[in-house]
Amino acid sequence: MDVAVIGASMTQFGKREGWIRDLLAEAGEACLSDAGVAPTDVDHLYVSNMASGEFEGQTGVPNMLAHDLGAMPAYTARIDQTSSSGGAGIYHAWQSVASGTSEMTMLVGGEKMTHRSTAESTDIIASITHPVEYKHGLTLPSFAGLTARLYLDKYDAPRESLAKVAVKNHKNGVDNPHAQFRKEVDLETVMESPLVADPLRLYDFCPITDGSAALMFCPEEVAKEYTDEYVVVSGVGGATDTHVVHERDDPTVMGGVVESGKQAYEMSGYGPEDIDVAELHDMFTILEFLQSEGLGFFEPGEGWKAVEEGVTERDGDLPVNTSGGLKSKGHPLGASGVAQGYEIYKQLMGEAGARQVEADVGLCCNVGGFGNCVITTIMEARQ
Amino acid sequence: MSFDAYRCPNGHITYPSHPLCPECGEKQTETVDLTEETATVITWTTSTATPPGVEAPNTIAVVEFDVEGETVRAIGQATTDEIEIGDEVRPVYADQLREPGAGIREPESQEWDGYRFEPVL
Ligand SMILES: [Zn+2]
Repeated sequence: MDVAVIGASMTQFGKREGWIRDLLAEAGEACLSDAGVAPTDVDHLYVSNMASGEFEGQTGVPNMLAHDLGAMPAYTARIDQTSSSGGAGIYHAWQSVASGTSEMTMLVGGEKMTHRSTAESTDIIASITHPVEYKHGLTLPSFAGLTARLYLDKYDAPRESLAKVAVKNHKNGVDNPHAQFRKEVDLETVMESPLVADPLRLYDFCPITDGSAALMFCPEEVAKEYTDEYVVVSGVGGATDTHVVHERDDPTVMGGVVESGKQAYEMSGYGPEDIDVAELHDMFTILEFLQSEGLGFFEPGEGWKAVEEGVTERDGDLPVNTSGGLKSKGHPLGASGVAQGYEIYKQLMGEAGARQVEADVGLCCNVGGFGNCVITTIMEARQ
Repeated sequence: MSFDAYRCPNGHITYPSHPLCPECGEKQTETVDLTEETATVITWTTSTATPPGVEAPNTIAVVEFDVEGETVRAIGQATTDEIEIGDEVRPVYADQLREPGAGIREPESQEWDGYRFEPVL
């Protein structure tokens, strides 16, 4: 059964007044309205969220959201797969419809983070690490620094190539009204920003963000009752890599990206050459290289050249992160994978406004931990 | 405290241990003490944005040991930021790598001592 997406929404990303329940309800309400679906017609309601308990002492968010939206008696569940919770939510939402158990599934992803200090937020995220990593003070940014140094050394890539990812994504973010930062940055600013995890600097990292996003899924036959134009989930794949990051044979290859991509390509019948637009998980600039190579867009060690040559710019052959990416749009953990889906949906529907590109087939890749778990989704336009 | 890596009956070595060997799925039955071994630096970083209970700046290295022809990697703090890829390092014991209880993890849930890496000059 083909699974359609018939509605999407995202809240303003950034530092927000509301708490997790407010943000989820805001995106949920907007998604119901965008799809033209009544709350009581939602069979399954999934919430992608990593750490509402750790961030604000709030648990049981899916049931809370169902009541706030009047969506009872929908079946609910929280999907936690760290930073890839949103992508995992897409997988589960797809599954619920494809299996025939739900005729209308709403997925809402969200996180409220900015009320915590940077050190506290970093520690909450680092709590996914193995004890032998945690006790040395390993953080996700430090994994990025370790991998970036190795990548630059191994492939003789210039440090500037990483900075150019940030420059590109900030430029795209200017045209995204929901982005946390809507400000261009130049190469010099990135290269001279404060060191965070040598050789990576402040502008190589995404910010700490509050926000929520939502998508509405149903069988293609049901979609036609609601709308003439919609998007279909053509393929979805999910995979894990080692929990202990240093145990990977080649630390510059993300096995979960490769494997989840392979599954999504196989299910969809598309290959890397068929993808018109992609949202990659640029939590750190180096991740955009690793994913663009792992998904087969470029050969291993060549991802940096594509950025240098402008291939991944909005007017290039393969626009990457037209939304601004996590880098400028922001990264509310549980919301990010859903917001990637939102961007691809908008691009395929031709509703992306000033950042619109030509696209019939789009891909998003959502990475949890430091590549520990990954979901890749391919969608295509239908009318 | 020894610096233990773990070996399964098929000779695969990992650090840290796993209930089942990630290579072959068998139980790890032996330990290999790395205390007296030296290792090569694979990559390193110096982090200035450290979480609660961790001294800043925090230099971390991924290193690779060669134990009788089988390689095993480890990760840990370095004693200095004067370090390069390819350097030879040796393990140095530290009784507290990070202040227990300052971070989010329950202090009793794990140990806080371990080995840092010091360049062999
Ligand atoms: Zn084994």
